Amino acid sequence: MVTKISPARDYLLFGVFAIAVLTMPVWLAPIGAGYPDLLQKFAIFGLFATGFNLLFGLTGYLSFGHAAFLGVGSYTAVWSFKLLGMNPIPAAILAVVTSGVFALAIGYVSLRRSGIYFSILTLAFAQMSYNLAYSVLTPITNGETGLRVLESDPRLFDSSANADGPLISNLFGIEMTGYAGFYFCAVVLLIGFFIAQRIFRSPFGIMLRAVKTNQNRMNYTGLNPRPYTLAAFVISGMYAGLAGALMCITDPLAGAERMQWTASGEVVLMTILGGAGTLLGPILGAALIKYFENIFSAFNEQTLHEAFSFLPDFLEYPVVSVAGLFVGEGWHLTLGVLFMLIVIFLPGGIMEGVSRIGRLFRRSSSKVEPSGATAPAE
Amino acid sequence: MDVILLQLLNGLDKGGAYALIALGLTLIFGTLGVVNFAHGALFMLGAFCAVSFNALLGLDVVTVDETQTTAWGTPLEVRTPYVEAYLGDFGAWILNYSVPVSILIAIPVMLLVGFIMERGLIKHFYKRAHADQILVTFGLAIVLQEIIKSIYGANPIPQAAPVAVRGAADIGALFGFDPGVIVYPYWRMVYLAFAGVMIAGVFAFLQFTTFGMVVRAGMADRDTVGLLGINIERRFTIVFAIAAVVAGLAGVMYTPILPPDYHMGMDFLVLSFVVVVVGGMGSLSGAVLAGFLLGILQSFASMNEVKAIFPGIDQIIIYLVAVIVLLVRPRGLMGRKGVMEN
Amino acid sequence: MSLIRKPLNRRSILRAGAVGGAALATPTIFTSKVWSAGYLNEPTGAEVILGFNVPQTGAYADEGADELRAYQLAVKHLNGEGDGGMLNTFSSKALQGNGVNGKKVAYVTGDTQTKSDAARASAKRMIEKDGAVMITGGSSSGVAIAVQSLCQEAGVIFMAGLTHSNDTTGKDKRKNGFRHFFNTEMSGAALAPVLKNAFGTDRTAYHLTADYTWGWSQEGSIKKYTEGMGWNTAAAVRTPLGAGDFSQYITPVLNSGADVLVLNHYGKDMVNSLTQAVQFGLRDKQVNGKDFAIVVPLYSRLMAQGAGENVKGIFGSTNWHWSLQDEGSKAFVKSFGQEYGFPPSQAAHTTYCQALLYADAAQRAGTFEPCALAAALEGFEFDGMGNGPTLYRAEDHQCFKDVLVVKGKENPSSQFDVLEVVEVTPRSQVEYPAEMLGGELGACNNGA
Repeated sequence: MVTKISPARDYLLFGVFAIAVLTMPVWLAPIGAGYPDLLQKFAIFGLFATGFNLLFGLTGYLSFGHAAFLGVGSYTAVWSFKLLGMNPIPAAILAVVTSGVFALAIGYVSLRRSGIYFSILTLAFAQMSYNLAYSVLTPITNGETGLRVLESDPRLFDSSANADGPLISNLFGIEMTGYAGFYFCAVVLLIGFFIAQRIFRSPFGIMLRAVKTNQNRMNYTGLNPRPYTLAAFVISGMYAGLAGALMCITDPLAGAERMQWTASGEVVLMTILGGAGTLLGPILGAALIKYFENIFSAFNEQTLHEAFSFLPDFLEYPVVSVAGLFVGEGWHLTLGVLFMLIVIFLPGGIMEGVSRIGRLFRRSSSKVEPSGATAPAE
Repeated sequence: MDVILLQLLNGLDKGGAYALIALGLTLIFGTLGVVNFAHGALFMLGAFCAVSFNALLGLDVVTVDETQTTAWGTPLEVRTPYVEAYLGDFGAWILNYSVPVSILIAIPVMLLVGFIMERGLIKHFYKRAHADQILVTFGLAIVLQEIIKSIYGANPIPQAAPVAVRGAADIGALFGFDPGVIVYPYWRMVYLAFAGVMIAGVFAFLQFTTFGMVVRAGMADRDTVGLLGINIERRFTIVFAIAAVVAGLAGVMYTPILPPDYHMGMDFLVLSFVVVVVGGMGSLSGAVLAGFLLGILQSFASMNEVKAIFPGIDQIIIYLVAVIVLLVRPRGLMGRKGVMEN
Repeated sequence: MSLIRKPLNRRSILRAGAVGGAALATPTIFTSKVWSAGYLNEPTGAEVILGFNVPQTGAYADEGADELRAYQLAVKHLNGEGDGGMLNTFSSKALQGNGVNGKKVAYVTGDTQTKSDAARASAKRMIEKDGAVMITGGSSSGVAIAVQSLCQEAGVIFMAGLTHSNDTTGKDKRKNGFRHFFNTEMSGAALAPVLKNAFGTDRTAYHLTADYTWGWSQEGSIKKYTEGMGWNTAAAVRTPLGAGDFSQYITPVLNSGADVLVLNHYGKDMVNSLTQAVQFGLRDKQVNGKDFAIVVPLYSRLMAQGAGENVKGIFGSTNWHWSLQDEGSKAFVKSFGQEYGFPPSQAAHTTYCQALLYADAAQRAGTFEPCALAAALEGFEFDGMGNGPTLYRAEDHQCFKDVLVVKGKENPSSQFDVLEVVEVTPRSQVEYPAEMLGGELGACNNGA
C-alpha cells in the first residue's frame, strides 16, 4: 500500500520525529527511561533497525547475520580510538567504511541465493565471525574480555593533549557520555533517518520494492536486480557499522557477543515487531525491546511490594508473586508474550496499531474534514 | 587408525542426533511452509518430559528424623521415593530405566503439544509472511522455555542412563583391535540406533501409507491436492504433531548425553536450521544426509592434527560447509525448486 | 573525571555552551541532584543504594539467583533484621546492625545476562538512574572485567562477584574494583600438592580447555603447577564455548597415553564435558598401570549438581563450601538455610562477604566516597567470614585466604551434599607477588 506522499508531509514527519527524539529525556522520564544510557541505546538500536529495514523492509531479503556488521563497526571504532585518538568522527567514518567493505564481500556471496538460503548464508558468515572473534582472533578482538582503549595505546593525534585524561571518546572537548553522548547519537540517528526517508522515496527505493514484489517480472523487463539488492545490503551494513561505532563512542568497549546470532535475531525481531517496511516501526520496535531489557529486568520483589503496597496483604502477596513471574528474572517471558500478542493481533507490527488508531480518528473526523485524510506516517 | 575410527563413530553419532532434530523441522517446512523457530523448544520439552517423569518417580515420602539436624538447624528430613517405597523392586527398575520409559510419556505429551500448537496458533499463520511466523514462533519458544525455567530453574538436571548401558563398550575388541583401544559409550550407540529407527519410521510412514502419500503430494503441490477435494489442513495438523513427537523423542533420548536445561532448545535451533537448509528445503533425505555430513565433518575438524593446520576450524566448520554447499548447489544437497526461495 | 554525570564547573559550562541546544534540552531535574555532591551518587537522604548486578537469564541464572538471595540476606543483616549472620563472627565490629553510616541500606537489581554489553547497560542504569554508589555481582570474568572498568570510569566502587580469571585483579585490575573470590593461580597452587598426594608425580595430563580468556588462564595455571611437580602435559586442546557434545574432543584422549584429564571448563561446559567423559569410561580406565583420573580445577556446587553422580571422586578447587565448620561459615549457613531452606553456594558466599566488606569499609571510613572507602579496604585484614584470616591486598585488590580442595562425594546424604572438602590449603601456599600478573591499578576515581 504505497500511497503517494507529498514532500511536505515527509518534512513534517521528519520534523515531528526530530523533535520527539531530541526531547526524549523529558517525555521518557515518567516511565523510567529518561537516563542517558538507555536513551543512547534507543538511538543506536533505532539506527541499527532502520538500516536493517532498508534491506528487509524494502527488498524482502531477510538477513540473519546483521550483527556481524555491528561487531565489525565496533571493533573498527575501538581500533580507531586506540591508534588515532579519541575523536568519534574518524572512528565513525572508518567503521562505516570497514563494515561497508565487509558487507560488500558477504553480500556479494550471499545474494547469489534468495529466500531462506540467503538467510542461512548470512547467518553462517556472522556465526563464523563471532566464533573466531571469541577465540582465535583474540589478538585483534581481545576475545571474551572485549576490546578496550588502554593508557598504553599510541593514540597518535591526542596522546600528548591529555595523557592522563579518561579514556572516553570526546568530540573536540565534549565527552561523548551522558546526555552529550545521547545527543550525538540522536543527531546521527536523525541523519540516518533522513537518508532512509530519502531512499524510501527515491527511484532506487521503488526499484528495491520491485525486487520484493516480483523479481521474475523485473528480470523479464530486462532489469538485473542484483546491483540494487547488493547496494541495499551494503548501505544496510553501513548503518549497522555506524550503530556499532556509536556503541563504542558512548562506551569504548567492543565485545564478540555483539556478533552472535541472538544479536542478529534481535534486530530482526525489532524490525518485525515495529513493522517491517515502515520508516518509524523499526525504531519503535528497537525502543520497546531495549526498554523491556533494561527496565523490566530491574524489578525485584522489593520494588513489586512497594508498587502493590496499596493492596491489602492477602491480595498483595499473590499479586506480587504472579507479577514476579513477568519481571526481574522473568522479563524474557513478558517479551515472548508481547511478541506473540503483537504478531497475532497486529499483523503489521506496532505501526499497524498506530495506523488503525489513525484510521479510527479519520473515520470520526472525516465528515468534518474529508481532505485531511492521508495515510498515517509510514 | 583408531583415532580416525573413533572420530567416524563420533561423526555418525552426532549425525544421527542432527538428522533427528532436523527431520521434524524439515517436515514442517516442506509440508506446512512454516518457519518454526519453536522447534528447538519442542526438543527441549521432550527432554523435560524425561526430567518430569524422573521427578515424578522421585516424589518422596518425607520422614523427619528428629535426632539429626541439617547444617542450618532444622530437623533432617529423610526422603524415600514413593515408587520405591510402594513398588519395591519394580519401582527401582522403573527408576533405573526412567529415560527410556519416559518415551511412553513423551509420545502422548508431545502429540498433544503439537496438536494444540498447530490448532491454536500455527494454523493461523500458514498464509502470513515468514517474518510473522518467525516472530510468533520465537515468542512461543521464549514463553515455553521461561515456563520450564520457572519450574526447574536454569541449571542442567542430570538424567542417568540405565545402569546396564551406562559405561562404554570395547567394540574394537570385536574387530580384532587391542582391547581398550576403541571403546564407545553404550548409550551413544543406543542413541544412534534409535535415531536410525526413528528416521526409518518416518520415511516408511510417508512412503508406504496412504496418509503419507497425501502428505507427500501436499509437499509437492499443495494447491492441486486441495483442488482434488482432500482436506489437507487436517493432515497438516497430524504432520505437525508427528514432527513434535520426533523432536520430543530426540530430546528424551539425548538427556543422558547432555543434561537438559531450559535453554537447550535455543542452543540447537541454529544448528537444526543449518542442517535443514544444507540438506535442501523440503527434502527429508537431504536433511538426513546433511545431518550425517555435518556431524562427520565436525568430528574430523576437531582433531588436533587438523586444528594444527587450520586453527579454530572446529569452531566454524559447520558454517563453512553450509556456505560451500549453498554456493555449489543453489538449493542445498537435495532441495527442490521454489520451496522457501522467496 | 566522570563517565556519567558531573557537577557543573566553569569548564563544563563552557562545554555545555558548545552543545548549545543540547544543554538547554537537558532537564535540570536530572542534574540538580548531583550538584551538591562531593562524589558521584553521594547518598543525601536516609538511604544508601547499592546495585546488585547478577545474571538472571542465561546459563548462570541459578547462580545469579543465589547471589541475589545472599545480597538480600546481607541487606537484612546490615539493617539489623534477622539473626545477623556473619556480622556476629566478622572480626571487624564497626557495623552495628543499624545500617551503614546512619543510613538504611536499600538496593536495586539488574540482569547481566552474562554478556558484557548487557551487564554494562544494567550497571549504567543503576548509576545514572537509580543513584547506586556501589555495583556488585556477576558470574563470569568477562562481565566482571567489563563492569569493573565501567565503574572505574564512572567513579563508583565495584565489588566483584564470582570471577575466577587472573585478569580481574591482574592485567585488568582497577583502583575502584575489589575481588573476594580466588583465581586460577590460587587454584593451581592449591590443587597441585593434593594431586601429587593422590596421583603421584609421574603423570601425563591432557587438557581440554574452554576457548576463551578464563579457560586459557586456568590451563596456564594448572600446567605451571603440575609440570612444576613433575607431570607431563600430553596435549592442551581448545574447545568452543558451549560445544554441547564434546565427544570429538574426548575420544582422542583415550589412546593419547595420558592418564589424567583436566577439564578447564566451567558452567554448562563443565557439566557436559564431565558427564560425557565419564560415559566414555575414563573414570574406570587404566593407563600405564595407573587409574585414570579426571580433574575439574574450578568446582561449583550448583554446577556439580548438574553433573549428577559423575562428579564422584573427582578433584577440584572451590572458594568456599557450606559444610565448613568454622564459626563464620556455620553462622552464614544457618541464617541462609533458615531463610531459604537450602544451603548457600560459593557464589552466594562470596557476594554476601563482598556486601559486608563494603559496608564495613564504609562504616570505618565514615563515608561512601569511593577513594576513602578503597583506602579502608586496601590492606584490610579480617577473619570470621569462612575462609580463615584474610587479607585484601593493597597492591592488586585481591583477597588472600585459604583455598578449599574438594572432591565429589561418594555417598551424598542429600542433593546439596555433593562435594567433600579434602584439604584446606593455607593462605601462605597460594600467595604470589602482585607484580607477577601485571596490570596497573591506576588512580582512584570518585566520579566528581
